[in-house]
Amino acid sequence: MISVEHYLTVAALLFVIGIFGIFLNRKNVIVILMSIELMLLAVNINFVAFSTHLGDLTGQVFTLFILTVAAAEAAIGLAILVCFFRVRGTIAVEDINVMKG
Amino acid sequence: MISTDINTVLPEIILAVYAMAALMLAVYGGKDRLAGFIFWATSGVMAALGLWIAFAPIANSTAFDGSFTNDGFARYTKVVILFGSSAMLLLSQEYLEKNKLLKFEFPILIALATLGMMLMVSAGDLMALYMGLELQSLALYVVASFRRDSIRSTEAGLKYFVLGALSSGLLLYGASLVYGFSGTTNFAGISETIHSDGLGMGMLFGLVFLCVGMGFKISAAPFHMWTPDVYEGSPTPVTGFFATAPKVAAAGLFARVVHDAFGGAIADWQQIVAFLSFISMFLGSIAAIGQTNIKRLMAYSSIAHMGFALLGLSSGTQEGVQALLIYMSIYVTMNVGVFAFILNMEREGQPVTDIRSLGLYSRSEPIRAAALAALMFSLAGIPPLVGFFGKLYVLKAAVNAGLAWLAIAGVIASVIGAFYYLRIIYYMYFGDDVEPMTGKMPILHKVALYGATLIMLFGAVNLFGIESIAADAAASLFK
Repeated sequence: MISVEHYLTVAALLFVIGIFGIFLNRKNVIVILMSIELMLLAVNINFVAFSTHLGDLTGQVFTLFILTVAAAEAAIGLAILVCFFRVRGTIAVEDINVMKG
Repeated sequence: MISTDINTVLPEIILAVYAMAALMLAVYGGKDRLAGFIFWATSGVMAALGLWIAFAPIANSTAFDGSFTNDGFARYTKVVILFGSSAMLLLSQEYLEKNKLLKFEFPILIALATLGMMLMVSAGDLMALYMGLELQSLALYVVASFRRDSIRSTEAGLKYFVLGALSSGLLLYGASLVYGFSGTTNFAGISETIHSDGLGMGMLFGLVFLCVGMGFKISAAPFHMWTPDVYEGSPTPVTGFFATAPKVAAAGLFARVVHDAFGGAIADWQQIVAFLSFISMFLGSIAAIGQTNIKRLMAYSSIAHMGFALLGLSSGTQEGVQALLIYMSIYVTMNVGVFAFILNMEREGQPVTDIRSLGLYSRSEPIRAAALAALMFSLAGIPPLVGFFGKLYVLKAAVNAGLAWLAIAGVIASVIGAFYYLRIIYYMYFGDDVEPMTGKMPILHKVALYGATLIMLFGAVNLFGIESIAADAAASLFK
């Protein structure tokens, strides 16, 4: 029997993988965008699992909002990335270093 | 039912409809030729909404099953946000025109970001909170990379986007835990659960994640890494905008969440906020010492100032929220003045940001130098300027709440921080003789700079009555 804890564990694992993907990735900004998406989807699993566990629809409504916003966020992120690629000629993470910090 | 709901959110609806109408008008009616008009119109609409919210007798109410709250606290922060946005928008027009950035999208994006901020401070539900926050953030990512042909600006936008999205993810994870363990996303419902069942382990984790996410947005250390780069890389008007309205909105949101939803667990979040405040005050003050770029310096200055604002919040009392509101209003006024000056730092039409280029500025422009010096003294918190009273209120609130150690740390940090503000004054009056800056200041910028200076000088009398208004606003969070 799969209980809510199992879903939460999977979601937590995916979320942590997403965070590590942002910080440990040294290659490509696209991978960062994918990691962000992974984090948001992990949150969605959390919400849907809680929603069915509690028998309350609010969590699923929240999930729909998150999906919509994630799409908008990815669109804006890719647009900024395209602008950056045009002027810099690369999207390697270690080349995002014009300003120190 | 629905009509009362609509009445409650009428200012937000007006701004949203205005933004969409302006977008249509510009796209089909002349593109960037209309940019100047849209700048003024947007600024006017925001100022008018600010006046309306400030002076119309609006009763406290909630809309959409409590997911939108219109109370004194929301109205106070909205007025500060709207006036701050409106002022920064007016100031940016001249600079953008000079640098060939005058595009009609800019005021519309600012209007949408402002709308997001208004929703944030009125949120009464985790969903409303998230939607407001994202509306603000998505618009701000775009304006940060507004100069598309500059490496610095696009890099700033990219960094802001990645870290902003990360913080939204953390905040959402916290929201999901809070929802799962309390069974509701409504602040009132969460508060009820805490009162009846206490704060369990799951809720505590959710609270920590929420605080981390909001700490990112407010640029509190140790979640400040994006701030200096984004401030440096963005076009200067955008930097000025970042330093004013979004900070107020984020601080307002923080206060709203911890008091409305987690008001029954003050002892738990107090430690988190006190920690953020302590680190921010010291990091902002110490890291700014080595900076020579004035935009980077203002970034560290804003980190330190957010530390002080959180010092007020960490007291967990009504007095603390009042101090936070007063502090943020003063902070916005000072920053509008300072950025009116920074926008005009240029030599032969090229913007300069090195603080050493202010060398002996007092000889070529004595009045402007004196005004900036007064603002710098105020930012440093030296009496009798108004900046000092902002710090006084937060320190008093912290001491009265039994956080004397944090208040003492705040005093030490502000003494360290005074160094870099005084260094700017030192350059202006005793620095090296450098080639003078040639910027001719438009009348609007003069009004902002001298106006802010006069407020800092004469506000010491009674703070323009803001104290009692802030007290009423704070009281509405503690019904």
